[in-house]
Amino acid sequence: MPGSSDPGFDTLALHAGAAPDPATGARAVPIHLSTSFVFESSEHAASLFNLERSGHVYSRISNPTNAVLEERVAALEGAVGSIATASGQAALHLAIATLAGAGSHIVASSALYGGSHNLLHYTLKRFGIDTTFVKPRDIDGWRAAIRPNTKMLFSETLGNPGLDVLDIPTVSTIAHDAGLPLLVDSTFTTPWLIKPIEHGADLIFHSATKFLSGHGTVVGGVLVDGGRFDWTTSRRFPELTEPYEGFHGMVFTEESTDGAFLLRARREGLRDFGACMSPHTAWLILQGIETLPLRMARHIENTRKIVAFLAAHPLVAGVGYPELESHPDHALAQRLLPRGCGSVFSFDIRGSRRQGQAFIEALKIFSHLANVGDCRSLVIHPASTTHFRMDDAALALAGIGPGTIRLSIGLEDADDLIDDLKRALRAAEKAA
Amino acid sequence: MKLTVHGREAYAYTGGKPFDPALPSIVFIHGALHDHTVWTLLARWCAHHGFGVLAPDLPGHMRSAGPALENVEAMADWLLALLDAAGVEKAALVGHSMGSLVALDAAGRAPERTTRLVMVGTAYPMKVSPALLDLSRTDPLAAIDMVTMLSYSTLAAKPGYPGPGVWTRGGGKALCRLVLAHQGDALLYHRDFLACDSYQGGLAAAAKVTAPASLILGVRDQMTVPKAATEIGTALKARIERVEAGHVLMAEAPDAVLNALRRSLA
Repeated sequence: MPGSSDPGFDTLALHAGAAPDPATGARAVPIHLSTSFVFESSEHAASLFNLERSGHVYSRISNPTNAVLEERVAALEGAVGSIATASGQAALHLAIATLAGAGSHIVASSALYGGSHNLLHYTLKRFGIDTTFVKPRDIDGWRAAIRPNTKMLFSETLGNPGLDVLDIPTVSTIAHDAGLPLLVDSTFTTPWLIKPIEHGADLIFHSATKFLSGHGTVVGGVLVDGGRFDWTTSRRFPELTEPYEGFHGMVFTEESTDGAFLLRARREGLRDFGACMSPHTAWLILQGIETLPLRMARHIENTRKIVAFLAAHPLVAGVGYPELESHPDHALAQRLLPRGCGSVFSFDIRGSRRQGQAFIEALKIFSHLANVGDCRSLVIHPASTTHFRMDDAALALAGIGPGTIRLSIGLEDADDLIDDLKRALRAAEKAA
Repeated sequence: MKLTVHGREAYAYTGGKPFDPALPSIVFIHGALHDHTVWTLLARWCAHHGFGVLAPDLPGHMRSAGPALENVEAMADWLLALLDAAGVEKAALVGHSMGSLVALDAAGRAPERTTRLVMVGTAYPMKVSPALLDLSRTDPLAAIDMVTMLSYSTLAAKPGYPGPGVWTRGGGKALCRLVLAHQGDALLYHRDFLACDSYQGGLAAAAKVTAPASLILGVRDQMTVPKAATEIGTALKARIERVEAGHVLMAEAPDAVLNALRRSLA
């Protein structure tokens, strides 16, 4: 939603949601490690509980430090607001649990992070929520999969691990024509690379563990509401448009035309499920966001150099990066992601699984672990780790082969990273 | 709460409790391209502190059927008809921006039915720049961007409206976009601005007002700058409340506005 009237991205990354602390003058955001906040009077207490006043009561529901993070992410996304959660998975669950229940249905991309796929394919079934998976490029498939009980369409902005670029304008139009919101996981892209709401998405979540935090130190998530979806005209969401017995018959859309989703997500989801974020975690993520523009620029600069190196290497069968003309979403990426396609990508080594293992074990700067979006460079073998729960058919649907290697490019000197990769590729060659 | 006003369906938010016309009534009137949700905190507080609350959507705005009314006088007529439909004999009238002119005009038309007049974020005359008037007709989304820039005065409005974690500028923009799209009237913003710009009955209305009047002004308001309310404030012999906020002061400083409103209603 930002337009010419808004401060620039870099300014918002430093200032949105924060002002010098009125009590102490502290310029940096204070960490409010307090479970609860004193009421001025009995009347004040009652009015806070009854949503007659805005303020903090208990840190599971809201906290001053978390609120700065929530406002800042919302500002960067051009959104109405957001909710900080215990993890990215908690943010995804909060989005689904706010809109869906037993008997509901979701249409989701088949190219998802393994944990998200597991939640939708196995866990939510136990709670009566079914999911139909479609390939993110299968536009007709998205439309055909929608049922009368569908509650949302869901995809990653860049599919995991093949970097399928979601055609957000087209898929969001399909969703809106059916009276449904589009939820996207923008963890790989961050608002520095794309603001999904500007392209038609309605809800966003981030694993803030990754680029937003940026230093591999904390686990957290953020659920963002663009505020553009008109829940009242959809008629598919009595959760928001009918009285809610859990809060004295409150009708969330009557309380907030643009923030009804967030209101229920916070007042029900955080209250009842409780997957809130520690204020200390929020503070660390805020520290990361303050340098997000600088870091993302360097992530992209390094990634482009390494993609070019790998794409020209004889032992590499293919590199899946949408800036390459060989990627099926190259044209779409140029349109939606002009600043770059992130710093997480996969490539395939020619040779056996053993050669792939030799490659990973020979790396010295790249760390072999299960994370992405760290300032340090990372490597993993998806088929045996992040996506190990998926059977061969699901792996193939997600574009993961036995020799697929996923890299997350960090902020080191690009020449050192390339030297590390050269050495590891030589080791893989010798392991043939 | 749904009512029929001038033969069309009208919606009024009642603050989280059923409306009781036997209680002292208070009516909140929103501004251009807004709806009742700019008032929810104040409306809920009043509804739970002894008032019968009506916060309507003006015709053509979100839940109240269109077409939108073309001028402030027509909106004031509609507001008094809404009171009739709800069985309200007398009420305190609280309006924001364009809604403050509606409250003023209604208070002038029916002084015997007005117990208090509270004008929030107001000016008289409420002239709209030709550039903004034109932009609201040719590119209402760009007009929303421009008004957002002028309406919010801080990057850190606390404690957040309607609750923590809300980016008030984003909320303001999203509300305007939803109200604009909801009934498909692409000229709604332009109509509302024309109504503000063309209203000339303020001083005549003020001369008829008998109820105690208050102005609650944002000291950083760039849409209706505080000094532009001086003449109408004098005419109304109004008490002046100044709040550290911009034009949408209910969102930027909800506690300060509540305190000012309580003093105005006392």
